[in-house]
Amino acid sequence: MRYLTLLRAKQSTTPPPPELMAAIMALGEEATKAGALLDTSGLAPSASGARVSLAGGELMLTDGPFAESKEVISYAIYEVRSKEEAVEWASRFLRVHQDLWPGWEGEVDVLKLFGPEDFPAAGA
Amino acid sequence: MNSDAKAVLEAVWRIESARLVASLARLVQDVGVAEEIAQDTLVIALEQWPRDGVPREPGPWLRATAKHRAIDLIRRRTNYASKLAVLAHDAIPREDDDELIDSLDDHIGDDLLRLIFTAAHPVLSVEARAALTLRLLGGLSTPEIARAFLISEATAAQRIVRAKRTLAEAGVRFSMPAPAEIGERLGTVLGVVYLIFNEGYAATGGTDWAQPALCREAIRLGRVLAGLLPDEPEVHGLLALMELQASRLPARIAADGRPVLLDDQDRRLWDRLLIRRGLAALERAEELGGGLYSLQAAIAACHARAHTAADTDWARIAALYEVLAYLLPSPVVRLNQAVAVGRAGDPARGLRIADGLGAERSLRDYPQLPAVRGELLAQLGRAAEARTEFGRAASLTRNEAERELFRARAESAVVHVDPGPAVAQ
Repeated sequence: MRYLTLLRAKQSTTPPPPELMAAIMALGEEATKAGALLDTSGLAPSASGARVSLAGGELMLTDGPFAESKEVISYAIYEVRSKEEAVEWASRFLRVHQDLWPGWEGEVDVLKLFGPEDFPAAGA
Repeated sequence: MNSDAKAVLEAVWRIESARLVASLARLVQDVGVAEEIAQDTLVIALEQWPRDGVPREPGPWLRATAKHRAIDLIRRRTNYASKLAVLAHDAIPREDDDELIDSLDDHIGDDLLRLIFTAAHPVLSVEARAALTLRLLGGLSTPEIARAFLISEATAAQRIVRAKRTLAEAGVRFSMPAPAEIGERLGTVLGVVYLIFNEGYAATGGTDWAQPALCREAIRLGRVLAGLLPDEPEVHGLLALMELQASRLPARIAADGRPVLLDDQDRRLWDRLLIRRGLAALERAEELGGGLYSLQAAIAACHARAHTAADTDWARIAALYEVLAYLLPSPVVRLNQAVAVGRAGDPARGLRIADGLGAERSLRDYPQLPAVRGELLAQLGRAAEARTEFGRAASLTRNEAERELFRARAESAVVHVDPGPAVAQ
């Protein structure tokens, strides 16, 4: 089964410590070599993006940045055998932040992508 | 942590068990003993985690606990050996614990490779290689392995125990094959992984058309191998083949559980991410020189690139089969070539290729042979003969869903005497 993880955090005024970036790269390599990490990318601040919305029958375009207190920083797609496995990779990802960037706060949403296992006839 | 401790342990075990067994096997030089230590570690965690909570870093916790068990074992062995040595007036130096612990963390990649080569060792039967690989590399339980191969749990357990005993009795060291041997041994490893994939892709018995979980496990093993042996073309070739074939899994079964053949599949259901990864792996394989798996992946890529069945580049597929049949003149490859040649617009030649296989002993009870002849005969407008062939295919298959399909095809062969779209173009 496949999970999309979205990392959300406050935009920091200081760059992340180089040791953290090294640890993130190492963890990404480990997850890739374990066959779990299928795809990942960092996301630029919402200032360089836009939002298209539909409300009251009207399409509306809003340029970034958006007013949310936390920005989506990156995403990853994992192929794993249970939700707990995806949660474990997400926890490891946050743990390197905990160890190497004191005071940093963020969260990871672990979202299941629908797959054949969600449709009983096909997943049997 | 609000998830159940057992569920967390199961997840961490999936991630860690292969590396744990691999590094333990280097220490104790016996995969059977290494796996026992790993299992002991799992039992300790099963007792402690639900009681004391999940450790902050579950992976390192498992590794540390396993190390201590291994060190205890080695100490007992060393003490025993020392006592013998004293008798022989020859003291054996005791290894330092720290050194042992450090050595467990080194060369995880090398250890995993050694484990893969050991589990797929040529002294083992093909079934034993597959079972042991799923056990040691996939961390699958005995019931899971039994389900994968449609055998009883007792048989699965026996297969694994015997495999470990065979390795021990044959004196198989936990080591890498000699450089000159690697190519050949890698062939057996890739064969095991593809066997596992196929076991999932085309379940040979029972009522399920596919066991997607087994396919995913094989692909995961392929990805692990690609990470360990990034310069081997056929590792990428096999990975490409599996990712491309698996991309079609979501479209292969209809809502009512019936199999859907390639032409009839809703291609919007194909897994784009797997296709993208498969094509990238194929490109890498071809850069490195390719091989038999890469050729088969190139054929799968022709299907993956076609947005509709009618867009399929059958001429290229037939040409690729020509090369494949030359390098690997197996009856099944020739049979697929017959299909491709027919679809590329020459069903008469396709039928000649298929007819040339009639004497093959290995195909005597193979339902696909009459099914392919049936297709080619139908393309040629010889409906009555086609119907007979599909009836024969239905009587030979062990897969119930497939039997239904052949029966339906036998019915429709009577009505559809016009040639298929590939010929009409």
